[in-house]
Amino acid sequence: MKIQINPEVLAQTKWYEYAVRFLFGGLVAAAAGIIAKKFGPEVGGLFLAFPAIFPASATLIEKHEKQKKERLGLNGTKRAAEAVSADAAGAAIGTIGLACFALVIWKTMPNYSPWLVLLAATLVWMALSLLLWQIRKRFAVYRRRNRPEHSTSGQGDSATRRVA
Amino acid sequence: MNEIFLRFLIGGAVVSAFALLGDLFKPKSFAGLFGAAPSVALATLGLTVATEGARYVAAEAHSMIIGAVAFFACASWVSWLMMRYKGKALPVTASSILVWLGVASGLWYVCLQ
Repeated sequence: MKIQINPEVLAQTKWYEYAVRFLFGGLVAAAAGIIAKKFGPEVGGLFLAFPAIFPASATLIEKHEKQKKERLGLNGTKRAAEAVSADAAGAAIGTIGLACFALVIWKTMPNYSPWLVLLAATLVWMALSLLLWQIRKRFAVYRRRNRPEHSTSGQGDSATRRVA
Repeated sequence: MNEIFLRFLIGGAVVSAFALLGDLFKPKSFAGLFGAAPSVALATLGLTVATEGARYVAAEAHSMIIGAVAFFACASWVSWLMMRYKGKALPVTASSILVWLGVASGLWYVCLQ
């Protein structure tokens, strides 16, 4: 599936769902600062990669996918679970980029302009995440094509392909 | 106190912006990349550079690598559980926070302590 922009999701999202994510994001950012001040940067730094809005985003995806199916008179539980799984798989890929973002800052921050380092680290996260996502996608296509029989094994293959 | 409040506001705004980007894109596996965006780091590191200096930020970034490894474990846990058992998202993702805490504190103790 090609990368697409789906603006109709914005209309589906309620104001309080945005507010919840703002609240969690703000709380984690503030907590990371407080922990760093109290226990030092070695502990506070861990929380810079805390999955701040992961539960909120996952429940939102689940809700939207279920609603989409229910509008068609279907039970969307399975499809919703697959969508959350695909989103989490993408996040797992993104964490490799996140680790490299941190690595760039750790190694270069003391010697170069901080703003330049932050910009470079963000570009590294973006480029690496995109590259790894493309590799995973191609690998998934290759695996599907080389499966012994084009399976109907009941694993929800077609739905998984659509969400992933 | 003002600095903490500022962190809260900037953190909330940056995290929400990345979450919004994640909502906009299809397929879901691509949108998921934004779930692991360095949003909290971007929101706070600029402020930390200004108040504590570059070496302090480098020390935070060193630990952040461990946090990212823990995030990888946590996201993989959610992906596997949701695909395998088709459960509800909230209990699974809530349990993944415990996975993050366990992996992050364990690795921190082994690697940085």
